[in-house]
Amino acid sequence: MLKDITLGQYFPGHSPIHRMDPRMKLILTIAYIVGVFMVSNLPGYALALAFLYLVVRLSGIRFAYLLKGVKPLRFIILFTFVLNLLFTEGETVLFSLGFFTLTAEALESATFFALRLVFLVMGTSVLTLTTSPVQLTDGLERLMRPLQRFHFPAHELAMMMTIALRFIPTLLEETDKIQKAQMARGADFESGNLLARAKAMIPLLVPLFVSAFRRANDLAMAMEARCYRGGDHRTRLRELRYTRLDAIGALATAAFIAVVVLEGRLLG
Amino acid sequence: MSIVIEHLNYIYMSGGPYETHALHDVSLTIEDGEFVGLIGHTGSGKSTLVQHLNGLIMPASGRVLVDGMDLSDKQTDRRAIRQKVGLVFQYPENQLFEETVEKDIAFGPKNLGLNEAEIDRRVRDAMRRVALDYDALHDRSVFELSGGQMRRVAIAGVLAMEPRVLVLDEPCAGLDPRGREEILGLIRDLHREAGTTVVMVSHSMDDVASLAERVIVMNHGEVVMDGTPRDVFACGEELRGMGLDVPQAAQLAQKLRERGFGIPQGIYRIEEIRAEIARIAAQGGRHA
Repeated sequence: MLKDITLGQYFPGHSPIHRMDPRMKLILTIAYIVGVFMVSNLPGYALALAFLYLVVRLSGIRFAYLLKGVKPLRFIILFTFVLNLLFTEGETVLFSLGFFTLTAEALESATFFALRLVFLVMGTSVLTLTTSPVQLTDGLERLMRPLQRFHFPAHELAMMMTIALRFIPTLLEETDKIQKAQMARGADFESGNLLARAKAMIPLLVPLFVSAFRRANDLAMAMEARCYRGGDHRTRLRELRYTRLDAIGALATAAFIAVVVLEGRLLG
Repeated sequence: MSIVIEHLNYIYMSGGPYETHALHDVSLTIEDGEFVGLIGHTGSGKSTLVQHLNGLIMPASGRVLVDGMDLSDKQTDRRAIRQKVGLVFQYPENQLFEETVEKDIAFGPKNLGLNEAEIDRRVRDAMRRVALDYDALHDRSVFELSGGQMRRVAIAGVLAMEPRVLVLDEPCAGLDPRGREEILGLIRDLHREAGTTVVMVSHSMDDVASLAERVIVMNHGEVVMDGTPRDVFACGEELRGMGLDVPQAAQLAQKLRERGFGIPQGIYRIEEIRAEIARIAAQGGRHA
């Protein structure tokens, strides 16, 4: 059960996509999503899919794996689709049953919204699958640095993210262990109504919080013992540098957006 | 009540890039009333094996029979199995969660659906077995206790289920020498007085030597040795080759033998080596 979580999973590799600067990847992912939201017709979505497919091929990740990442969100996507189908006004009636009227406009808008969500998830998955958590937070910190002038805690935020990501597997393992220990004492996490199940979580959550706080305390002590005092005057082991790969990536994404905009204008 | 394991295999993260074959064709029988020491270096599959004994994990292939009941069988009552086979995890104090010592120990019996009077009897009995004073401690918070006391509360929580078989995964890990002695003492008493079958996983050859009647050695997910402590600890070379060792008494016996003292083979207990040294000293030292 707990092993199935793929959120923020990283696939190690040396592909051109892996080797790109995390800052550039973050910017380009946002640009790609903006591009997808500007698409207004089906050929445009075909283009967005082709671009994504190309990037995924370059990264060496199986496209099917990316689709698997969309699966947990299928209900949200379906929900958006149905809502749009019901509440979009339109004139071209395709089908009518009592108070329910299906219009071509509603179908179009519902499909596009669902597709946008799918592309949003897949686009960001490419980012997290090809960028290690450390690189990702590093990139975020650097991108947010200009905001530090306005007392925005960029370094602290990035450090918090790094620590949180670092401890997800540890705490999952801990949860698994405590759950088994309580099951050995006859605890039942799987049956009963909602209230019974919520109550059954107490023997799991209390020890988990106790251990999380203990770990946090130990970590803070260990960081202080190594003279950590925030981001000021900190040098880094790996300096981020833009390379030719980043320039190529930026140009390709810019070209994608330009084509999407032009194609939208031409086809209406 | 015996536990029979037949051709047990277990694979972690089956099919993924990090697939590991944790148990490889393990077959053994643990008889009623035995005291088994299970040894092996980190990652040898000991912890995976013991979690099969009460159905916390299910075999990839093979069978585990407790008292004739197949654990993989959907009809088998898991809770009844977990009552019969009590499992004390490594660092069991990390599972404590209730407001008071008494409530925490009562968690298991409550899950078994027992009545108040029976739960109370079991809590008192379990506390007595782990040498915790009921009157002084039952309404204290578990988080106020010392490390050794917390460990004993956690063990009492399993004992209150009144299992026929008690499985302990590294029960002395992280304790000071006195805490270790206390835990080993209560396990010994449990085995001798209540006749509970005990399976103790340990890294410490000395702990195993002082208690176990049978030693099972695991390496890379397989059972490589299974016999009396005397037979197993006679294979010092093989054990060292697996990242293990022999008890201190056996090490000392070997060193004395190398220096030309006439110490017989198969010595592994402190009392035995003490008697041997006393005998040699009485004879006036080194013999020819």
